[in-house]
Amino acid sequence: MNLWIPVLVATAGTYAFKLAGYFVPDRFTQHPHFNQVARLLPIGLLTGLIAVQTFADGQAIVLDGRIIGASVAVLLLMRRAPFIVVVFSAALVTAVGRHFGVWI
Amino acid sequence: MQPPTSKTAILRDAVGIGLGVASYGVSFGALGVTSGLDIWQTQALSSLMFTGASQFALVGVLGAGGSALSAIAAALLLGFRNFPYALRMSSLVRPVGASKLIAAQLTIDESTAMGLAHEKGPDEAVGGRYAFWATGISVFVFWNAATLIGAVAASGAGDPKVFGLDAAIAAGFVALVWPQFQGPLERRTAALAFLVGLAAISFVRPGLPILLAGAVALVIGLTSKPSVTS
Repeated sequence: MNLWIPVLVATAGTYAFKLAGYFVPDRFTQHPHFNQVARLLPIGLLTGLIAVQTFADGQAIVLDGRIIGASVAVLLLMRRAPFIVVVFSAALVTAVGRHFGVWI
Repeated sequence: MQPPTSKTAILRDAVGIGLGVASYGVSFGALGVTSGLDIWQTQALSSLMFTGASQFALVGVLGAGGSALSAIAAALLLGFRNFPYALRMSSLVRPVGASKLIAAQLTIDESTAMGLAHEKGPDEAVGGRYAFWATGISVFVFWNAATLIGAVAASGAGDPKVFGLDAAIAAGFVALVWPQFQGPLERRTAALAFLVGLAAISFVRPGLPILLAGAVALVIGLTSKPSVTS
């Protein structure tokens, strides 16, 4: 598969959303459900991504070091750690545990 | 907290936000090349798509073995929120002619938030309009430079699992969505979407669990009584 196709098609689509806002009248935002859907949609998709990124290997569910990394992230976010600390710590804990064979 | 109103204060905040997203940009660059994209494709996403969550979703789905179609769908659904942002910024920034094209490209979470935060500034020169442009440009520059650094570094790094990069990706998504868990409706949506996504992994093709999780949010958003928000 030529990966330029999804890259460019998705780019054109996301830009169209941005551009449309500058060319259509403001009436859209008056609909009460509009903003709610716009707010909840990213939450649903991103938590779906978390599930897949933490547990999936193709169509199999795999329990490995990623769960440890994601858990570290949650703990640090509860303590209001900045983004870079969260991501770096998750990688570090997962990598060290793998190195010593604590998890795969 | 008193919002800063001087040009310098806005500029300082804009650069601070740019530096903040840079850490995320490095992660994106690394994820892009470990997901099978080359450096050019990864960089093209940061320059041309320029909306972080959609970029992550696209490479995340492709990296997980999803089809091009599911990757595009996930990126578009995440990019949809820029539409209401742009509607809002259109009346605040009021670009004319070709600058509409540039304003559209710079319409993202950060520039919109800064524009709204400074909307009621003393005048246009130090108000929301200035905050929007300063933040948009700052984030664009830092995001692209950081992507390049991450992509180049990861392309020579070998197996991403040795460095825990796969866990870093999961952690990155957690950190990205965390600030959005503001109310009970948001948390309920997240919990249900997570469970549906997880349950779907073994039953549908890669990429589709993410879209099903998005569908959960869509249904909840359409059927729940709209709460009062900005």
